[in-house]
Amino acid sequence: MSANDTIDPTRRDFLYVATGTAGVVAAAAVAWPFVDQMRPDASTLAASSIEVDVSSLTPGMSLTVKWRGKPVFIRNRTPEEVKAAQEVALDQLKDPVARNANLPSDAQATDADRSAGKDKENWLVMVGVCTHLGCVPLGHQGDFGGWFCPCHGSHYDTAGRIRKGPAPQNMAVPVFSFISDTTIRIG
Amino acid sequence: MKKILNGLAAFGLVMAGTFGAALAAEEGHNAAEPTHFPILHPAQEKWTFAGPFGTYDRAQLQRGLKVYKEVCSACHSMNLVAFRTLQDLGYSEAQVKAFAAEYEVQDGPNAEGEMFTRKATPNDHFPSPFANDAAAAAANNGAVPPDMSLLAKARSVERGFPTFIFDIFTQYAEGGPDYIHALLNGYDQQPPAGMEIAEGTHYNPYFINGKSLAMAKPISDGQVTYDDGAPQTVDQYSRDVAAFLMWAAEPHLEIRKQTGFRVMVFMLLFAGLIYLTKRKVWANVAH
Amino acid sequence: MSGGHSTYSPKTGLGRWMDARMPLPRLVHDSFVSYPVPRNLNYAYTFGGILSLMLAAQILTGIVLAMHYANDTSLAFQSVEKIMRDVNSGWLLRYLHSNGASMFFIAVYVHIMRGLYYGSYKAPRELLWILGCIIYLLMMATGFMGYVLPWGQMSFWGATVITGFFTAIPVVGDWIQQLLLGGFSVDNPTLNRFFALHYLLPFMIAGVVVLHVWALHVVGQTNPTGIEVKSKTDVVAFTPYATIKDAFGMIVFGLVFAYFVFYIPNYLGHPDNYIQANSLKTPAHIVPEWYYLPFYAILRAITFNIGPIDSKLGGVLAMFGSIAVLFFVPWLDTSKVRSAAYRPWYKLFFWLFVVNAIFLGWLGSRPAEGTYVALAQMSTLYYFAFFLIIMPVLGLIETPRRLPNSITEAVLEKNKGGAPVHPTGATASPETKG
Repeated sequence: MSANDTIDPTRRDFLYVATGTAGVVAAAAVAWPFVDQMRPDASTLAASSIEVDVSSLTPGMSLTVKWRGKPVFIRNRTPEEVKAAQEVALDQLKDPVARNANLPSDAQATDADRSAGKDKENWLVMVGVCTHLGCVPLGHQGDFGGWFCPCHGSHYDTAGRIRKGPAPQNMAVPVFSFISDTTIRIG
Repeated sequence: MKKILNGLAAFGLVMAGTFGAALAAEEGHNAAEPTHFPILHPAQEKWTFAGPFGTYDRAQLQRGLKVYKEVCSACHSMNLVAFRTLQDLGYSEAQVKAFAAEYEVQDGPNAEGEMFTRKATPNDHFPSPFANDAAAAAANNGAVPPDMSLLAKARSVERGFPTFIFDIFTQYAEGGPDYIHALLNGYDQQPPAGMEIAEGTHYNPYFINGKSLAMAKPISDGQVTYDDGAPQTVDQYSRDVAAFLMWAAEPHLEIRKQTGFRVMVFMLLFAGLIYLTKRKVWANVAH
Repeated sequence: MSGGHSTYSPKTGLGRWMDARMPLPRLVHDSFVSYPVPRNLNYAYTFGGILSLMLAAQILTGIVLAMHYANDTSLAFQSVEKIMRDVNSGWLLRYLHSNGASMFFIAVYVHIMRGLYYGSYKAPRELLWILGCIIYLLMMATGFMGYVLPWGQMSFWGATVITGFFTAIPVVGDWIQQLLLGGFSVDNPTLNRFFALHYLLPFMIAGVVVLHVWALHVVGQTNPTGIEVKSKTDVVAFTPYATIKDAFGMIVFGLVFAYFVFYIPNYLGHPDNYIQANSLKTPAHIVPEWYYLPFYAILRAITFNIGPIDSKLGGVLAMFGSIAVLFFVPWLDTSKVRSAAYRPWYKLFFWLFVVNAIFLGWLGSRPAEGTYVALAQMSTLYYFAFFLIIMPVLGLIETPRRLPNSITEAVLEKNKGGAPVHPTGATASPETKG
């Protein structure tokens, strides 16, 4: 041992603080991979966007595709269904918000804002999960000619809006767009 | 501490001596009837991804992919690699999508309960050229062409003593690419006089598991057209495809080495701090 | 657990309340703070701490890998590759786990060799040593079953060969093998039970480690002189002295570990394990993981029949015997002096033993042919002779060097001409307290 054994107390304290800090940084760095591995992996993320060919859907037909592990209803609605939905006054709705991920979060639940928009009002794309407790509603059933959830009796209309029963919200419209006249990209 | 070092030094000498004696005792090879394979050891090539700061050469990987697609994929599957990962090679999302669409994959069942084929999407993996291993064996004289996803990590010629000790310090981890390169350049050689080569197999002194293998010379000069001006020779093809296969086997190699550098630097500093703290703590205690 | 009376005195109300109901803080304080350790421990003694760290690291990485691993022969190989390719940080966790196993064994070998060198197994530490041997056996079982899980060629054929050991047992051998495999060959039932056991055994190891540390804290640590602690000047407090020294040992060991993980993660593995298991095609050379190679060499060294015992059974007996003999070391060593530091002849034979063990490991990686077999037989002979002949005989005939009277005296001799030695006790002098 040499002359530097006569330690300046502040230098010693600094050393202890620096070592302790480095230890905390090390612990955090080590912890990160253990948290990181819980996030959705690359194959799951890659499957988080899908393209669906809807050319075979004539008015009145619908298609269910799996997206992020959940059913997505794609429906080419008949003019009557669209009309019925358009005629509903907003004050009759249980949930007046569009719940459309493509629009601002305060957009109103008009039929236009629930559907694929101008010139594509006949197209309805929504996550087919009841907003009550996550069951999959049945099509062409219920008091409003839309969907009916058999689990706890929620009724949705032809625009997928909640009209009766315990569900609090309209069925969610996911991020989607028509990348051609016959192909929809969801996610 | 000095005692330990002396001990280690003496220990090293004894070790070297015994290993040396054992090696010298190994029997010599008979040229016509070799018993140890490969007959020739692969040369150590230069790779951009070797060493602590190694990175893949994107242009080389793209050339290697072309070689795989136009030559190897006729027989060899690569079923652990998804098309989407080709973005690592420097392709755009659209390019990958177009590339995947050149392949057909089976999907289904459809609404009628039938299986059908469709164009591959980036989420699909490279499809296999054969329906199953039996079909692959039947089409290839009984030998199943190995899947190439991990080939660059699944092949490595033993380095022997004392090289395998130096390899720790030189970070030699390119045994797979070296082997693939040597094997592809190892055809066109005549077996030594008296050596019998089984029918339907091809002599290659670099083959790891015998004197000849079922695969005939797979690629010749000029067979694949490069559009970036790289030489169109077997040597260049084999370098490119070996690098590509290394990427296929170890796609996270770059991030691994980069993370490693940061971790090592941090740990060295941390070790220094702990050492100083330790000295302070023990300063007044003889031990 | 320190044997002496506790010096813990809680300062807060909550501390006293806790202490009266469940004195866990007192236990921790007595075991890892005020616990006295010899002042002359060198860095070889940090490997106990390093091993605890490695066990914790293996359990943690193992648990998260199990979240992604699919325990089925048709999915296992692909699921490991999914971890390597798609799972976030998956490559890092998997390389940490696979290289961690190797590092764990490097540390345990240093730890065992340290024990053999300084005579740490001698009375009253026989039970401590035997608990260590049990931990080592459990580690070998865990490592073996873990190596099967990726379902590569070496996984499959290693499992086939190792379970084949049991067929050497007369009469019931085949029945035992079928019991282990859950079938006539290594297959899905084997993989399933190996996964279950691979998950279980580390926690059993942790349990035996608790007993190991308990036994250690009853009898106290040995030290390079081999002289028992006699007075308060012989010891220092565990915290901060041993804690900070252990921390330095751990970070240096961690540097080596990180070097392997980030730069040569496949160096210690076998390339064939990147080929999916194929029950119809055996690799050219089957070699176990490096940490089993010395025992593998002993297994193959017995190429001859010994009386009624055929070579197959003989090899298996020799291999198990090479581990079993460790359990008897406390009684095989007849020396009155504990540490090799004062036993010139034992020191020589000890280092020869280390060289021989490494040489056996290298032989285990060679094909069993020609000169290698003869060399393995000679090495095996020395391995057993070291325990069964040298240890008992040398203890009786060797003249040890003069022993110092106490640890303090040994330290003073070593530091002659250096800084003056302040007398320090288990509670340490105030100016050295952080």
